[in-house]
Amino acid sequence: MNNHSVDKETPASTGKIAVKVDDLTVAYNYKPVLWDIDLEIPEGVLMAIVGPNGAGKSTLIKSILGILKPIAGSVSIYGKPYEKQRQLVAYVPQKGSVDWDFPTTALDVVMMGTYGSLGWIKRPGQKEKKASLEALEKVGMLSFKSRQISQLSGGQQQRIFLARALVQNASIYFMDEPFQGVDASTEIAIINILKALRKAGKTVIVVHHDLQTVPEYFDWVTFLNVKKIATGPVKDIFNDDNLTKTYGINYKVSIQE
Amino acid sequence: MDITEYIQLVFTDYTLRTITLGTAILGAVTGMLGSFAVLRKQSLLGDAISHAALPGIAIAFLITGAKDSNTLLIGALISGLIGTFWIRGIVSKTHLKSDTALGLILSLFFGFGMLLLTFIQKQPNANQAGLDKYLFGQAATLVESDVWTMAIVTGICLIVMLTFWKEFKILLFDKDYTKTLGFNTKIIDILITVFIVLAIVLGLQTVGVVLMSAMLLAPAAAARQWTNSLSVMVFLAAIFGASSGILGTAISASQNNLSTGPVIVLVAAVFVAFSFIFSPSRGLLFRQIRFIKNRRDLELHKTLTFMHHIAETHEDISHPHAIKLLNNFQGYTKNTLQKLVDKNYVQLNGNMWSLTKTGFETAANLYTKQSTKDE
Repeated sequence: MNNHSVDKETPASTGKIAVKVDDLTVAYNYKPVLWDIDLEIPEGVLMAIVGPNGAGKSTLIKSILGILKPIAGSVSIYGKPYEKQRQLVAYVPQKGSVDWDFPTTALDVVMMGTYGSLGWIKRPGQKEKKASLEALEKVGMLSFKSRQISQLSGGQQQRIFLARALVQNASIYFMDEPFQGVDASTEIAIINILKALRKAGKTVIVVHHDLQTVPEYFDWVTFLNVKKIATGPVKDIFNDDNLTKTYGINYKVSIQE
Repeated sequence: MDITEYIQLVFTDYTLRTITLGTAILGAVTGMLGSFAVLRKQSLLGDAISHAALPGIAIAFLITGAKDSNTLLIGALISGLIGTFWIRGIVSKTHLKSDTALGLILSLFFGFGMLLLTFIQKQPNANQAGLDKYLFGQAATLVESDVWTMAIVTGICLIVMLTFWKEFKILLFDKDYTKTLGFNTKIIDILITVFIVLAIVLGLQTVGVVLMSAMLLAPAAAARQWTNSLSVMVFLAAIFGASSGILGTAISASQNNLSTGPVIVLVAAVFVAFSFIFSPSRGLLFRQIRFIKNRRDLELHKTLTFMHHIAETHEDISHPHAIKLLNNFQGYTKNTLQKLVDKNYVQLNGNMWSLTKTGFETAANLYTKQSTKDE
């Protein structure tokens, strides 16, 4: 299990390694979607995964979380295999991955975040309900708790998904494009929550599309295009060179620092 | 036979009571499980399963040579399950979409089943007559032991559903997420699928291979119209299904013994039609009414706003203006003007109109109200 090979990245100066991915390779058919990914994510960072469409960003998250079965590779969370550390990890899927016409309420969806700690058969009780209401409050959706989920706007649905992950009270959060199709006020609300999570010592990994906001929102970044191009602190590696390598075109981003 | 006579018969006549109970239980269990099938977007799965069950019935008969309904049901169950898991295999292993896989397995199994049925019919075994009742179902052949089988399976299904309610619900809503919480989604998935197959197989004798999927879908589709809660939906679907069974049997028994299965399905279809039209929140009728009312409100508001703009130009807000002024404005009709008067927003005086104080204030607040309502 332990891989003693020397890593090219310098881990964060203070913390432990929250997520470690070794030799991860994923393929749907013949062509690999991810090829031999080695990745170390230090504890307490707010990390963006960036790359062009089809670069395998969502696939990377899904393989780490065991939703997809990789061809090779292993994932460890705080030094132990992912399967034993599930309770430390929360997932926010893409909003479009579910049917929002499902007959249920906002509060009910958030309560689903408590199912993991409850385990099989046991039903959520008052304690779980209270935690879910608190999570709804954190995302500013408390007044919508009884709303049928199809009657929520896209941004509100995204907040519900975020609340569902918050209620898991995890240490590591994986989010698949949480800013997709949300309005400006929701984007600000979400990024504030992400920053609060980081402040609380949590590790947050976000698949992100908008390169312009990377330096503003994140402190850590991974460039991905089937292979891992680079990973590290935004201020060190978020530059034209890596962007060009990742996106294949001469990319110019002006970084105001 | 009239209704009162019929109701008396249900309680006194053994055969009728058995059939009524059987179709009611069947309707309840298929309605319940149908909700899961509909929410999983597997509406067509029921159709494929019921057709896939046919060769199983034929083979079970060929092996045992007897028409014992329990034996045949086990045959149907096995071949239904094989068909179902074959479909799942095709979907996960190839690039075929699930509707293609469903269609493929459905016709393949049904064709094979028909082939076996004709083969059986050519045999000199006198026992073979009536095996084709599984095609369209024949509720009249239900006996007490069949009803017991249905009741027991329904009971088990109910217990399992209540036990794993939370797991079923989250799997139906978000499978990937369920996986990340550490649940074995395969087990939940198989559990739901097996029960759907069981419910369908149970209904084959009564409703038949061809119409069975309607029993699964119609009550669930109708129930979805009335509620936004999963538990209420499942409960309502069971009620609708059972009612279809009871009413269908009653109609068929009182009208010259019309074939029961098709009548039950038609009754279920009436439930669906009624629900699609008259459900308060999702139904077509009320949606249309709300749409029209909404339009009228908007027209009214627009007219009021227009008047407000004119009134604003004067220091005295209730300064009278000519009705003529409104003619250039599209939303204005005599009707809207009258309504504004009724609401005490506007006063009419011959050819002149003037805004009242409430009218002026309402108009001024229209936009701001709308924007605060949004968030």
